[in-house]
Amino acid sequence: MTYEDWFRKDRLPHIYCAGCGNGTIINCTLAAIDQMNWNKDETVFISGIGCSSRAPGYIVTDSLHTTHGRALAFATGVKLANPKLNVVIFTGDGDLAAIGGNHFIHACRRNIDITVICMNNQIYGMTGGQGSPTTPKGCFSTTTPYGSAESPFDLCELAIAAGANYVARWTSYHVKELEKAVKVGLETPGFSFIEAMTQCPTNFGRRNKFKEVLDQVEALKTHALLKAKRDRMIEQGENIPDDFFIIGELIRRNRPAMGVKT
Amino acid sequence: MTKIEFWQGNTACAEGALAAGCQFFAGYPITPSTEVAEHIAAKLPKRNGVFVQMEDEIASMAAIIGASWTGARAMTSTSGPGFSLMMENIGFAAMTETPCVIVNVQRGGPSTGQPTMAAQGDMMQCRFGSHGDYSIIALAPATVQEMYELTAKSFNLADQYRVPVFLMADEIVGHMRERITLPDKIEQVPRRELEKGVLPFHPNENLIPGFATFGKGHGVHVTGLTHDERGYPCTTNPNVHAHLVKRLVDKIENARTAIADYDVINPDAEKVFVSYGAPVRTVQQVLHDRNTEDIGFLRLRTIWPFAEDALKKFKNVREFLVPELNMGQIAREIERHVNVPVISLPKLGGDLHLPEELEAALVVNR
Ligand SMILES: Cc1ncc(C[n+]2csc(CCOP(=O)(O)OP(=O)(O)O)c2C)c(N)n1
Repeated sequence: MTYEDWFRKDRLPHIYCAGCGNGTIINCTLAAIDQMNWNKDETVFISGIGCSSRAPGYIVTDSLHTTHGRALAFATGVKLANPKLNVVIFTGDGDLAAIGGNHFIHACRRNIDITVICMNNQIYGMTGGQGSPTTPKGCFSTTTPYGSAESPFDLCELAIAAGANYVARWTSYHVKELEKAVKVGLETPGFSFIEAMTQCPTNFGRRNKFKEVLDQVEALKTHALLKAKRDRMIEQGENIPDDFFIIGELIRRNRPAMGVKT
Repeated sequence: MTKIEFWQGNTACAEGALAAGCQFFAGYPITPSTEVAEHIAAKLPKRNGVFVQMEDEIASMAAIIGASWTGARAMTSTSGPGFSLMMENIGFAAMTETPCVIVNVQRGGPSTGQPTMAAQGDMMQCRFGSHGDYSIIALAPATVQEMYELTAKSFNLADQYRVPVFLMADEIVGHMRERITLPDKIEQVPRRELEKGVLPFHPNENLIPGFATFGKGHGVHVTGLTHDERGYPCTTNPNVHAHLVKRLVDKIENARTAIADYDVINPDAEKVFVSYGAPVRTVQQVLHDRNTEDIGFLRLRTIWPFAEDALKKFKNVREFLVPELNMGQIAREIERHVNVPVISLPKLGGDLHLPEELEAALVVNR
């Protein structure tokens, strides 16, 4: 079997725009899943609402495309009612951190045995480019026409503080690392959170001076700071610019988890 | 051997759920429904079931829908403020045809209103509270016995019709204690599993599709978006949408007679009370005190789909009198179906109508 066998081919063409990073992240996720030797019949994909949340509809397993922000609450029901099922969630930054913020922290707190992949494009893609809780300060969107004045969330810090067992962040540029991180997430009992920073040329790039798709990918790459390097910089008293974000495995621990297969 | 107990209504509700094979409960504390959750929290884990207290009622509703897709009989309980929060995912359950049971022990509203006082103010909300067109089933218990029996029945209806089923109780029935006779066994009508080779949202002759339980190899895609019979989103074809929504409504409305549950008392009477839930008790007192057959009584246990045929059993009726703990929500529904006056007898504040109040309504010359 290859990761392509996981795709529901009769659903093509998909809804994603040219240059969208979501396909890369779905590929990385399915490649990781394929290495797990999971049975398709015992794997369930769950999502909320948004471009990112459309992903489960393109996968052959049982899948639940729910309401905006609520995927983790639905997933809690699925996983606790039948811990034999492998449960993977696709979500977006708006879905997870705005309307779904409360469900996010409580799913982390319960440390429920599911894996969450957040496609963070720093914008509301599906509704046409409004500001999200992760839109960087100063960035433009249809609802921040003068530049966002709000501070963005650090979703990984949030997940760590709330109790998740595994937290990692990569970008759509770092496909090998992302795939590996997803695999570790799938293997780790308890709540695993993988944040994948990704480009949205249609709604973010266009309004923020990224003329080409690759310009935004390049920006993600150059603003990503490996955790080890960040730690070294802090040790040496170096200044870390505000618009940089940390990538790598940010926590891996073995706190008691709920809904683990026995 | 049947067993006799002296139970609170909310306890009977929880026990009715357990007897019906409820395997999953998600909820959030709220007066006057909390005892249902507390009782289930104590009992369910010992029967290999799952109780989980969620972060709010939105999540509770989501969790029971998720559990239901794994094949579990799933339930939540709440009251007005929580019920309002559940509306979003109740619509999702209706659209995705997810069997689930929602208990609402009603209290005075709007808003936080009267946490400890009874009301029947959510009867229209349970029917129409989420956006878009759909139909649901709602039952209303008037005794502790019915808290048990109708809760158990709700699970069968939910599985049979693949629809959210509401047990619309009230604070009085939820908190009163009375004698209850427990049956030896509750009959469980199982959900019909999807046959291999049939599309997951292809309905049978009763307009109900087989259920594609997660983990059984169906590879089903479940979405709240308008979908075709494969379950795939299909949101811009007007025919697909119209066909789906019409089926969601018709599968319940066409089964109105089969779902109906009511008692007809003194069918030859000219003045007829219609009631459900706690006000049934006052009507019973009035009939008991009069000890004549000149006053009719239609006692409803099924509220939605509304049992309009029941109204026709009163051939000589000249007026229907409808005592409710609201401003006339079901009275208005009755009005749609009959050509005689429908007298709404609203009572707000949390107390039941006194027998004298209903007696007085009977003697008014109209
Ligand atoms: C309750 C509710 N509010 C608003 C919407 C409209 N809506 C659809 S998608 C979306 C934002 C999605 O953004 P994000 O989660 O970042 O996902 P993306 O599309 O960028 O992948 C919104 C607000 C909705 N469907 N439901």
